[in-house]
Amino acid sequence: METDGVVSIDHVSPEDSQEVHVLAVDDSLVDRKVIERLLKISACKVTAVDSGIRALQFLGLDEQRRTSESDGFVPSLKVDLIITDYCMPEMTGYELLKKIKESSMFREIPVVIMSSENILPRIDRCLEEGAEDFIVKPVKLSDVKRLKGYMATREVKVGSHDRRSGAEGVGIEINNKRKLEEEEEISDVSSSPPSISTLSSSPFASSPSSSPTSSPSVLASPIRRLKMSNTD
Amino acid sequence: MDVGQMQRQWIDYTKSLFLEGFLDGQFLQLQQLQDENNPDFVVEVVSLFFEDSERLLKDLTFALNQNGVDFKKVDAHVHQLKGSSSSIGAQRVKNACIAFRNFCEEQNTDACLRCLQQVKQEYCLVKNKLETLFGLEQQIVAAGGSIPTELSFSG
Repeated sequence: METDGVVSIDHVSPEDSQEVHVLAVDDSLVDRKVIERLLKISACKVTAVDSGIRALQFLGLDEQRRTSESDGFVPSLKVDLIITDYCMPEMTGYELLKKIKESSMFREIPVVIMSSENILPRIDRCLEEGAEDFIVKPVKLSDVKRLKGYMATREVKVGSHDRRSGAEGVGIEINNKRKLEEEEEISDVSSSPPSISTLSSSPFASSPSSSPTSSPSVLASPIRRLKMSNTD
Repeated sequence: MDVGQMQRQWIDYTKSLFLEGFLDGQFLQLQQLQDENNPDFVVEVVSLFFEDSERLLKDLTFALNQNGVDFKKVDAHVHQLKGSSSSIGAQRVKNACIAFRNFCEEQNTDACLRCLQQVKQEYCLVKNKLETLFGLEQQIVAAGGSIPTELSFSG
């Protein structure tokens, strides 16, 4: 049960450190269960918590541990990615994002925001604050596959990504446009259902999702652009 | 009925749920997440959805029957219900929630009460449908068969 707010945690031993460890934050029990399974089926270790405050506690960044950064506190499980819902009571995903980016210890961890609402100013604000990506719910397997690219290839992206001179907004537009198309399509399912076999990814998954460093929304991140410019 | 017939029945029933709009593509996503190691995943998530929804519907009924309706609270509940129904692919419930939220914005109590009725109705329908579907699955498994993983709509 949720007696301490950490509702599910994988015990990672040192030998397991090869697998990426994701901290998932969502106040909805249904969504936590789904995101946890999506991540596990994508070979990730998952810690799922029900609030931003629990997430900070897990990282050792909460108010009770004000000295966590100075006393050398290291969370027992290294976190490779944080994925958080936007709309949560008490602390929104945006507020959690800010706290993480303000922390010298954790600001390098990619943070992905999820939201059921496709609101451009919201998305812009999150990306400006340093979010790696923004996923419109409901989360699909293809979304999680794209996320793996942020985690596993942090060394690779410094070297071999392509030089797209996209405008800042391009990544955002592509991501949302695809989502808008998906939403329109999904509303037609009842009238003309697609032929479905054991599908591996959404029909609308952009091809970049199969290549780790070329997702358009990644380029839109200010932090990512900064890293790119340092590679010459 | 032999296993093959049961499986065909399951396929036909599932297809009908999509054709009639009760379920959308997100439900298919959930089915993909089920495997031999997690054979009850869909049932588990849907059960959580049922519990969550029943709580929210109760809260909504209470909130809308107050003398001074707190529309922010009502909207928050509907938002949650919209989210969870969307996450499991319960399309009609989700759509009913979307309409509901519009009336919350207008602070129209009567319209909200009508929407609540609509949402309750759609919830009951999808709950019955899914319970029937899970019943078919249990029969298949009990007869030693496995639940089909391919749904071809071309037939």
